[in-house]
Formats: sequence, C-alpha cells, structure tokens
Amino acid sequence: MGWAISVHGGAGDIPLSLPPEKRLPREAGLRRCLDVGIAALKAHNHPLDVVELVVRELENNPHFNAGKGSVLTTSGTVEMEACIMDGKTMKCGAVSGVSTVVNAISLARLVMDKTPHIYLAFDGAEAFAREQGLETVEMSHFITPENIERLKQAQEADRVQLDYTQPIQKEVPKDAALADGDSQIGTVGCVAVDNEGNLATATSTGGIVNKMVGRIGDTPIIGAGTYANHLCAVSATGRGEAIIRGTIARDVAAVMEFKGLSLKEAAAYVIDQVPRGNAGLVAVSSTGEVAMPFNTTGMFRACATEDGYSEIAIWDSPTK
Amino acid sequence: MGAWAIAVHGGAGVDPNLPKERQEEAKRLLTRCLDIGISALRSNLPAIDVVELVVRELETDPLFNSGRGSALTEKGTVEMEASIMDGPKRRCGAVSGLTTVKNPVSLARLVMEKSPHSYLAFSGAEEFAKKQGVEMVDNEYFITEDNVGMLKLAKEANSILFDYRIPAVGTCGAGAAMDSPLQMNGLPISVYAPETVGCVVVDKQGRCAAATSTGGLMNKMSGRIGDSPLIGSGTYASELCGVSCTGEGEAIIRSTLAREVSAVMEYKGLNLHESVDYVIKNRLDEGKAGLIAVSKDGEVACGFNTTGMFRGCATEDGFMEVGVW
Repeated sequence: MGWAISVHGGAGDIPLSLPPEKRLPREAGLRRCLDVGIAALKAHNHPLDVVELVVRELENNPHFNAGKGSVLTTSGTVEMEACIMDGKTMKCGAVSGVSTVVNAISLARLVMDKTPHIYLAFDGAEAFAREQGLETVEMSHFITPENIERLKQAQEADRVQLDYTQPIQKEVPKDAALADGDSQIGTVGCVAVDNEGNLATATSTGGIVNKMVGRIGDTPIIGAGTYANHLCAVSATGRGEAIIRGTIARDVAAVMEFKGLSLKEAAAYVIDQVPRGNAGLVAVSSTGEVAMPFNTTGMFRACATEDGYSEIAIWDSPTK
Repeated sequence: MGAWAIAVHGGAGVDPNLPKERQEEAKRLLTRCLDIGISALRSNLPAIDVVELVVRELETDPLFNSGRGSALTEKGTVEMEASIMDGPKRRCGAVSGLTTVKNPVSLARLVMEKSPHSYLAFSGAEEFAKKQGVEMVDNEYFITEDNVGMLKLAKEANSILFDYRIPAVGTCGAGAAMDSPLQMNGLPISVYAPETVGCVVVDKQGRCAAATSTGGLMNKMSGRIGDSPLIGSGTYASELCGVSCTGEGEAIIRSTLAREVSAVMEYKGLNLHESVDYVIKNRLDEGKAGLIAVSKDGEVACGFNTTGMFRGCATEDGFMEVGVW
C-alpha cells in the first residue's frame, strides 16, 4: 500500500520538436503541482482535498488548458468545465459552461457537497457560484494571447468547413497540425490515493479550441473523463467525443473488476480500445499503483508514490 | 437475419395510489408508442430511426415528463434534456437546457449527425437548433397545469426540510403496507414521480439503439443536469445492447447504470436478463431506478427496484406487454 498521486496536463499531438519556451514552463508546472500534492498527502489530507488543491494549481497556471489559459470557443469566449469524484462514497460533482469562476473544480466540489445534485451548468452554475461566495472575475482573466492565436489558426484551418449541416467525421483531427505545432487537446487532472486506500479524482478543462458555444466534452461526464470507485480513480484527456463513446474512466475500473486485471493492464487495455491519437489517462489504484497510458504522441504527466518513485514526462518513457 | 425487439418506458417510481384512470391513460400511451415503433420496424427502419420516432411521440404527449408535460424548474420554467445513441459505432448525441425546442430527442440526433460534437447545452444548443431549422415554440407550450400544481406541492414539501432528504414521516397517500411513505429524490412519490421517457430498439439487422428524454427533476435548480443526457448513465448502446434508464438521476449517474448493463455482458459474459438483474440488484445501493434494454439477439428486458415502472415491450414473435407494476 502507500499513497500515490498522478497528474496530467493534457494528451495530444505534442510534437517532439516542442520548443523549450513551450516545454519548460509546463514541466515546471507539473513539477510544482506534483510537489503540492505530495506535501498534502504526506500531511494526511484526504485525497479529495488533495486532488482539488492540485487541480486548482493547474487551473491557475496559464500554460494548461484549464482555468486561466483555457482554449476559446468559436465566439472567443471561455466556457470551462470540471468534475470531481470520491471513490469511497461515489459522491461526485460536475460543472459546465463556467465563464467567471476562477476555480471551476472548487465549484464542482461545492455542487457535490452543498446541493442534492451532481451537475450544474451555464447560468445556473454561475448563479450558484455567486450564492456560495466563490471567487469570480471578468472572463478576460482566463484569456491568454496564445489562445487567441490558437483560435485564429483553428478558424483559418476551418474555413473550408463552412456548413454545420453537412455530416461530419468526428474522428478527423481538424485542429491537429498548426503552425507552431502546439497541441490543441488539453485538460488537466489529478488522481490520488492515501495509505488507507481512499481514492479521488478531479479533472478540469476549457474544452477544445473553436468549440461550438454550449459544447460539453468528456470531462464533466461521470464515467467518461472522470471516475472513481473503491478500486481506482481515473482522469482522462484527449478527444472528448471519443472518450464519451468509450466510457473510458468507468471502463478502467470495470475491466479491473470483471476481468481481474491490474491497474496498469486495465488502463492499457482501455486506451488500446480507443482509436489512435485520441486519448490518455492517469489512474491510481487502492493499493497505490499508478498508470499513465496514452495513445497520442504525448501526454504532459507526472506521478509519485510513497516509496520515493517519481516521474515527469511528456512523450514515451521507458517505464510507462 | 435476427429478430426485432422494442421497449419503451415512461418512468420508474409510481405512486401506489395513482388513480386508475391515470394508469389506464399511461398504458394507452405506451401501447400507442409501441405500435408506432413496431410499424416502423416492420417497414425496416433502422433502430436509430425507430427510437427517435417513438421518443418524439412520448415528448409530444403531455402525459409523461418530457417535452410537453415536462417537470418544472424552481423558477417555474422548463429545461429539457435528451440523448440518443446508435449501437453499431457507438455514435451519440445529447442536449441539455432546452427551453424552446419542441422535440429534444431530435435535436440530440442532429448533434450526433450534423455537429462535430456529442453534447450541446443551453444557449449554444438553442442556437444550433435555430440553424438546423427544427421546430421551436415558446417555453409556455411545455408547461401543463398539472405540473404547475406539482411544483407548488414540491416547494411546500421542501420547505420543511433542513437537509434535502426528508426524514421519514407518516403522510397520507402512502401505501397501507408501508411504515414510511415512498420517497424518491427526497420527495414523497405523490409529489415527485420521475416519468422520464425512453425507448430501446434492436432491428432485424441486430443493430441496437437507445434514446432518453426528460424535463428532469421537479423543482430542480435551473442549470441542473440529470442522468438522461449523460452517455453511460441514462442512455447507452453498443454492438451488444441498448439501454435507457429512469429514476433518481444522481443514483443513475453514480452507478453509470446504462453502461453497466453492457459492461457486465461484455466482461462477465452474462446474457441480457442476467445483466439487467445483476445491475439493478448490485449497482444501485440506496438509489431507486429502473431501465429497459434490448440485445442484438432480439431479447428485451426491464428491471427496476422502484415500486412500479411505466413500460411496454414487444418482440417480433408476437409477444407484447404493457405494465405499471
């Protein structure tokens, strides 16, 4: 046993030629968030508190696609979503369409703790945030120059896709290769287990660049992007539509339970079922195992376990 | 060539004191919907078309909690949600927060087929609806006198709560055999009955599909999303089966109920009936819910741990059944 924690900053077509000015801040961000999580676990905080804390850090970091630094909708606005789940109680909270709340993950936590519901969205979520006295700001707070640029490029690439009344192939990566080679698919997440086997997961995102206003992805959908039960806690990232269809997060636990696979085997199995280039996930089990499989070019990730092991990586690593 | 099968539901959790006329009305509606589905299946319409057709009928009829006749939010308005899923490639579409779209299930289908996404909500969904030229009406269209009355009762019932779960107190209207009144989502069943609607179909080619539609929880916070539009919770379809759930939304989400039926078949190798039984028995804990399901082999099953579920099912060999209890 022993505690374990894993963090991700998004899976996607992260080019091996990613320039240092784009790579280093994210690695530093992952390192810092990992350290925050480790310290919290060592101080015997409940995993639910740990994952919320870590995801708040990632949301505040403008280099990741969550909170500040969220990608933009087709209208140039920000619509964030987040989700949190407790493996032991199976209680969960989710929010979507959040545009002024500094930390969407904390709003999701409040939905879980302070309402009889699981999921609040758009105006209703914003109204609830104000009722609860959560920190809110102007939407411009979340918008970064990089994301304005990403939106511009995505819309230019999209120019040929004029009419939404034509059938669309969802698997085709419209927004993959852009001028600066920077990955569009992002999300942040954290999973943690303490040495009593208490599990928790949290995921947060701005969604996909140039998304339709009102588009909801996999992150707030329990069982798709986020899931935890007594066996494991999972946070997924990648192409939302593929993760929803594959009920990825739920399946990791289901495969462990029904096929008796270990966490690593179950996680790898589930990712293998998803078409290449579409998904990654981080997961921890009740016995302190960690898994971070992905079938994209890379996934910003980090993990640590009580026995002293830790790792920060972007592309394939020998001990994946 | 396999055999077709179809099932419809109008909600799990029925007031044991529901007047006979209401029960008969419900059965007539379920029968009518089954007939529409059966007719479509006999004309070789694919499963995905059949589920949409049937759920449209259920949405248009004010009896159950979807489309016209939807439960009301705490503000007295209607916010509808729906989802649809096509088994063969597990394509899916979902919508939430609809206030002017006459048939939410059809918008969900359009999200699946005509947008690059799987799920659209609130003003973005309404914008998409406008662009797609679907039939739109005023929010008042969906509001029925019945539900205005129900909202009032729900607010009264809630005003004695300090926590959203009412401690068990004897009230009139409870079944004689019970010590405490039937409750769902913390409200007496006479005030709150889910009545979400859904349809699952397997066509002669063995393709499964599922669709679910609802106005959601009576007196819900504006912006609250339940299980019906969530793929894996309220709705799911794969190569093996199609499932639509109804009941306490939060319990269905927590247990990813619809996905569970298929997962148990896939990973444990149980057949449809065994899977449905297993899931209802083992996955709901204290939650109250029901579901209907079909398998690629033409089987149909339903399961519920509530008192009653409005349902109907039919198979190609002539079997047909409509029930409440």
